[in-house]
Amino acid sequence: MTTAQPLIQARGLVKRFGGFTAVDAIDVAVRAGEAFGFLGPNGAGKSSTMRMIGCVSPPSGGELRILGMDPVRDGPAIRARLGVCPQLDTLDPELTVRENLITYARYFGIARRVARLRAAELLDFVQLSERADSKVEPLSGGMKRRLTIARALVNEPEIVLLDEPTTGLDPQARHLVWERLFQLKQQGVTLVLTTHYMDEAEQLCDRLVVMDGGRIVAEGSPRVLIEQHSTREVVELRFAGESQEPFASKLDQLGERVEVLPDRVLLYVPDGDAAVAEVTALGLHPINVLVRRSGLEDVFLHLTGRTLID
Amino acid sequence: MGSEGMTQLAAKRARPGPARAPALAVLQYHLVGYRRTWRGGVLSSFLLPTLTVLGFGVGVGAFIDQGVDGVSYLEWIVGGLLASTALQVAIAESTWPVYSSLQWTKVYFAQYAAPLRVTDIMAGQLAFVLFRVLTSAAAFLLVTGVLGALRSPWAVLALPVAALLGLAVAAPTFAYAATASSDSWLALLFRFAVIPMTLFAGVFFPVESLPVGLRWLAYVTPLWHAVDLSRAATLGAAPVWSVTGHLLYLAAWAAGGWLLAHRALRRRLVV
Repeated sequence: MTTAQPLIQARGLVKRFGGFTAVDAIDVAVRAGEAFGFLGPNGAGKSSTMRMIGCVSPPSGGELRILGMDPVRDGPAIRARLGVCPQLDTLDPELTVRENLITYARYFGIARRVARLRAAELLDFVQLSERADSKVEPLSGGMKRRLTIARALVNEPEIVLLDEPTTGLDPQARHLVWERLFQLKQQGVTLVLTTHYMDEAEQLCDRLVVMDGGRIVAEGSPRVLIEQHSTREVVELRFAGESQEPFASKLDQLGERVEVLPDRVLLYVPDGDAAVAEVTALGLHPINVLVRRSGLEDVFLHLTGRTLID
Repeated sequence: MGSEGMTQLAAKRARPGPARAPALAVLQYHLVGYRRTWRGGVLSSFLLPTLTVLGFGVGVGAFIDQGVDGVSYLEWIVGGLLASTALQVAIAESTWPVYSSLQWTKVYFAQYAAPLRVTDIMAGQLAFVLFRVLTSAAAFLLVTGVLGALRSPWAVLALPVAALLGLAVAAPTFAYAATASSDSWLALLFRFAVIPMTLFAGVFFPVESLPVGLRWLAYVTPLWHAVDLSRAATLGAAPVWSVTGHLLYLAAWAAGGWLLAHRALRRRLVV
């Protein structure tokens, strides 16, 4: 696709479950070839949005076009061109790794012979070739996740939807998944992912929206979001004592912004080291000091007053 | 290594669409799974009819000197047993497999994320149930035929009857399993539907020997209608009730069950 028309276009998109509004009139446009993220805590409406984009959940309101088609009317035709990696594994544990791919490829009308070839290539891509003929049941969480990603690629999709692709994986398994997703992105596959990990969003997304309570509260590239909604650096201070509150009030003048968390105070400043010197000059002695660059976590905290992972 | 594979993939960029026969692709999936487990099942498919012939023919039959309706008890009972075998297989294959695909493995959700429709997923599952019912019924027919318990070559017609009964009970059972909130509901189905039906729907003794009220309960079950047809086929005699009536009644169960199952599955998948 070389046209400028977005692959996914949502205007005022709403999803209600009974009286509960999970997605509250969001506008989203995903362009071909970009990696687009939905960042937000659990319950922000990310998965509901993904299910609507995956054409398995009819919108309750607003407009949604995917690949120029209507998800309600053209569901199967759109799904034929999507790859879906759901939040929870939906593999058949009784079949082998290879059989899971081949049987799935058949749903897309891919000939058995082609399906065999493609399965072998994809298993190579996700580094599961050695386990091709073992059952899925005993595989580790990371391996199952990689197999799910391979399955999502079996039809050479134009858009790959990944709902929390690395939730529950250990750090090593996460990095392997990121590496493969990055490679897909390099090949020009459009990626749409949800995550509540800031590092994941920063690593993979060209552009993202921050969701909270079913609404989009900010949109942009990770760098622009950080520039717009946070300072360059953050000083994390931990003070001895029951509450951080009394210490925080003394820091009011120091930075652009002060956030008080139960276990630490965050001081948003242009220059971290200079701020640390000023804290000491005030006669305050925190038991722990950390100077770091601002990240999406800080953006989220600023926009919602809450941390991403409670 | 990985990147080479993907380059190859990109080179063959033929765009797949929805499968031309999507339900068939779903059936193939079920057959691939069955390939791993069929051996255990085959033994029981042949063992069960053998034991039945021995137990009822040689054992129970020995106490029933006069036979039933002028034929030996074994010959009388074999058609009904075939129908009840079809019933057991149809219900077993549309309870836990359906429940598991929604609640445990969530395979139906994976299928629905692909270009399949609710109808395709259901049709593929039910086609597999029919395959299981037909192969079990054929094995039953083969064994009982070899052991000389069939009185007529019309007995082959018991196969389509078994298939129709299979659909008549599997479709509503699919709806029930898709709606069940816990798997203990499935065991209840066997306790309160399958076992009473098997005991009172004319498999082991003529329904006419029941008091009138209970007799009507038997007539309501889909099993009795299949038993009457299946028995007629294995005996080479006319059924008690009209053939068309039986077929229409079973077809009504299948059609009603299909609609209920479609609605139940849709409610689970499309939310």
